[in-house]
Amino acid sequence: MPFKRYVEIGRIALVNYGKDYGKLVVIVDVIDQNRALVDAPDMVRGQMNFKRLTLTDIKIDIKRVPNKKTLIAAMEAADVKSKWENSSWGRKLIVQKKRASLNDFDRFKVMLAKIKKAGVVRQELAKLKKETA
Amino acid sequence: MAPKDRKPHVSRNPDLIRGVGKYSRSKMYHKRGLWAIKAKNGGAFPKHEKQAAAAAPAEKPPKFYPADDVKKPLVNKRKARPTKLRASITPGTVLIILAGRFKGKRVVFLKQLTSGLLLVTGPFKINGVPLRRVNQSYVIATSTKVDISGVNVEKFDDKYFGKKVEKKKKKGEGEFFEAEKEEKNVLPQDKKDDQKTVDAALIAAIEAVPDLKSYLGARFSLKAGMKPHELVF
Repeated sequence: MPFKRYVEIGRIALVNYGKDYGKLVVIVDVIDQNRALVDAPDMVRGQMNFKRLTLTDIKIDIKRVPNKKTLIAAMEAADVKSKWENSSWGRKLIVQKKRASLNDFDRFKVMLAKIKKAGVVRQELAKLKKETA
Repeated sequence: MAPKDRKPHVSRNPDLIRGVGKYSRSKMYHKRGLWAIKAKNGGAFPKHEKQAAAAAPAEKPPKFYPADDVKKPLVNKRKARPTKLRASITPGTVLIILAGRFKGKRVVFLKQLTSGLLLVTGPFKINGVPLRRVNQSYVIATSTKVDISGVNVEKFDDKYFGKKVEKKKKKGEGEFFEAEKEEKNVLPQDKKDDQKTVDAALIAAIEAVPDLKSYLGARFSLKAGMKPHELVF
């Protein structure tokens, strides 16, 4: 019931609208009730409305508005990238991206693999059914 | 007079703005070295005799003048050339045919003919599409490529695919009602042989890639949830 993810300095957020859609950014300062100063290793530090951000569980240890070098070092220390890629949310996004980039031939191969897997599962199920029957 | 390899000469007088050169007439005279040429030629610029104009054949006055002015057609310098081929279509690309008898079939692109149409083959053994012409507009190019280096497509052109002109028979009323058209739709044997030779090299290349053969044998269709503008082909 209570909030678990707070807007704080060092909170990692996902951009959900605009030019930087899909990027992970760090909140380095709060400007006012609606806006935060955000920064990421590959973008120029700038302001963003909270409505464009979705907070994640990840938090890093930084002081208010660090310089880029410190920020990158802190992100490496907290291992943000691997934490994100191993989280279920991060994994889902990676799978979505992969699916969107599939070729027509790749989609065909995926279809064949699905059919094969379903066949194997069905065989095992049939075996188990036979044993209990 | 001019040597063959003369490069087009760049002006020695750069423009300050359009229409106004940097150097005056006298400066340019000096820059071009006309004084040196004159000195070499003894004080006057060298000139050559005017070539006598070749005698034009005597023109007779025309026999007939039209009463009204005859309009001349406008100048048209356009050249006919084959349709520009999309950059995504290169020899060996797998294409999806979108219309006609073979709609949905995935097919291998061979080359573009002079009429602009694309020469395409199934291969016939895999999906029943023979050597055929197809318009670029009715095709989706996928990013899958097949190795086409072993195939010789030189001999195929638009005339190969044209309709055969039948010799008209002389009038013979009795023959009108007989079933003369029995032999109409048989493919000549040499076309079948052409198909076989083209496909032999192709099928070898196709079987080298796993699943490609069944891919080419299957038809493409849109399923639920597929958005064509978001699909990557």
